Amino acid sequence: MSVSTLTPVLSAQWDATRSWTLATYEAGGGYAGLRHAFTQEPAAVLATVKDSGLRGRGGAGFPTGLKWSFLPAPDGGPRYLVVNADESEPGTCKDVPLMMATPQYLIEGSIITSYAIGCHHAFIYVRGEVLHVYRRLLRAVEEAYAAGYLGKNIMGTGYDLDITVHAGAGAYICGEETALLDSLEGLRGQPRLKPPFPAVEGLYARPTVVNNVESIASVPAIVMGGSDWFRTMGTEKSAGFGLFSLSGHVVRPGQYEAPLGITLRELLDLAGGIREGHELKFWTPGGSSTPLFTAEHLDVPLDYESVGAAGSMLGTRALQIFDETTCVVRAVTRWMEFYAHESCGKCTPCREGTYWLKAVLRRIEAGQGSMEDLDVLLDTCDNILGRAFCALGDGATSPVTSALKHFRAEFEQHITAGACPLDPAASALFGYPPRDAGRLAGQMAGTVQA
Amino acid sequence: MTSDENNTTTIKVGAAGKDVGGYDAAQLTRLQGDARQITARYPHARSGLLPMLHLVQAEDGYVSPTGIAFCADELGLTTAEVSAVATFYTQYKRHPNGEYTVGVCTNTLCAVMGGDAIWDGLTEHLGVGHDETTPDGKVTLERIECNAACDYAPVVMVNWEFFDNQTPDSARATVDKLQAGEKVVPTRGADSVCSFKQMSRVLAGFTDGRADEGVGAGEATQRGTVLAKERGWAAPEFPAATPVPADATATPATPATDATPATGAPQSSAERPATLPADTAKES
Repeated sequence: MSVSTLTPVLSAQWDATRSWTLATYEAGGGYAGLRHAFTQEPAAVLATVKDSGLRGRGGAGFPTGLKWSFLPAPDGGPRYLVVNADESEPGTCKDVPLMMATPQYLIEGSIITSYAIGCHHAFIYVRGEVLHVYRRLLRAVEEAYAAGYLGKNIMGTGYDLDITVHAGAGAYICGEETALLDSLEGLRGQPRLKPPFPAVEGLYARPTVVNNVESIASVPAIVMGGSDWFRTMGTEKSAGFGLFSLSGHVVRPGQYEAPLGITLRELLDLAGGIREGHELKFWTPGGSSTPLFTAEHLDVPLDYESVGAAGSMLGTRALQIFDETTCVVRAVTRWMEFYAHESCGKCTPCREGTYWLKAVLRRIEAGQGSMEDLDVLLDTCDNILGRAFCALGDGATSPVTSALKHFRAEFEQHITAGACPLDPAASALFGYPPRDAGRLAGQMAGTVQA
Repeated sequence: MTSDENNTTTIKVGAAGKDVGGYDAAQLTRLQGDARQITARYPHARSGLLPMLHLVQAEDGYVSPTGIAFCADELGLTTAEVSAVATFYTQYKRHPNGEYTVGVCTNTLCAVMGGDAIWDGLTEHLGVGHDETTPDGKVTLERIECNAACDYAPVVMVNWEFFDNQTPDSARATVDKLQAGEKVVPTRGADSVCSFKQMSRVLAGFTDGRADEGVGAGEATQRGTVLAKERGWAAPEFPAATPVPADATATPATPATDATPATGAPQSSAERPATLPADTAKES
């Protein structure tokens, strides 16, 4: 399927007046999906989502309906839905604007999902660093209760549901689903050993579904349109629409909702291209934890299979675009400072590995590295990947190994010239005087051209 | 209010006997009422610990020793258990915070787009570094990580409200206003930035009634939406005649299951990037 147009579903109302209110949402067709879901058995709703091919929009792409179906048979005790609204992966900026602009998508999706899995108390775990988003979610839940979409005997069906919106307190690791559950239980947010998986023992050791905001927000439209409708968009294995978030050195950064399988070349065309007079150097297809791509990957279809085959991951479709003024060593060093800061400390490979990767990268960026350092980087990555407790450690190695694969010469330039060959001010959107003029003069004098 | 005002020597212990003498009787009664509203939101009271720590910050401007004792007392925990949680999360402050937290995103994308220059400018202008507060108690400066607004880079947050598309000059103007006690308006957020304590109370789950203020979506958020309208693009129509009864009646919910996985079977835990050969080999 050729992809050249946008397909706004979740973003269709983002330009509406007072888009966040229940009234605006209902005027645009909101809560028709819930009404339709209530005419069906929960099992039928689950089957529709399963057949649609919707895959988790939080990064991993696990089939959403399949995840729901892993809950064990009811035993009379509670089962929970927990929405992961802890969006923190560098570059990822889709769930936060969705919840700010149209939180009712998430509320309706949560109600339908809860109905489908037999849950009577759902939780939305939103990161604490987005105050107004939390206000909007609290208000959206209030409005849904007042309208009878939440509470006891919803719309006369006999079905009961409560939703609690819970604010985190600043920890990237809480985006990992089991760390999120620990945090929601009032503990330090550290990942749990699996198995048991959340479907079997999740929140309070009860069967639990944990899904990303965009996954759950997509459910009302799937229930309304049906699985075949959803599959008219995207590819066979990567069905449907998704939010593509363009940021960095593009003319019109922003959110573009399109069928999976669209390419960066097509998206750049919609976004006005790379900023004038510059060219694409490297980009992330799905956040900083996905291996870097370069200009040679402009035509890779952005679906799970194609991006994987090209050596990266679709992740969260967080397309961070960097032009030729950007120092890749600086970029990777900064990401590593992030991972080292956010490593929860539970497992040694991640805690120690990110610490040393950061230290070695800083040395190289400052022009004080040695060629052996490049081997140390790769060796350290080797000792983290596959040995860390959760995906944070694995993800931390992606920028390092991919940058060395595509830009080894630039790392070597830092070492041989004893300085960064690029001017950081040239990457910024505004001019600013260099803080350390002496250092810059040294850079200029260095013979660092490849 | 400070904990010293109207302090008495008669109330020194909370419901479970912890020394919460830093709070006077009226304060303690009020906070206990709030804490019980928090725990009522959850099936298990301990889930209320994170919001309760936000509540303590709303009262004291940081996670104070008295606040830790209060949380421990309310939840039947030791103060060590509460401290262990409080020190894990970056939003909980271990010393009195300024009236405004000013966070400059210096993660890669914002840094490259100019965040580093904004950071340099603010540290120089304010004379403080990371997690340090100006002598007037107004501004606590922080380097922050990605705050999910990359399409508005470089981003600055003031008490966790969005200040999009910043420059060194605009950021400096903002902190000047904060220090002068003038109203400061975020690009996407409420009509004005509230204080650190007010913000903390909202994060504890107590609404301030300001959800209807501000924009729904900023320019970058809307770009795809607007472009699609201009070009007449839309998602396919829903199939005709999806029946939607005015008043749905359905049988009571019976949870659907069509699989009972053995412990350890491949399933929900796969919500992480595929990093190992085995991850993709399982794909079907």
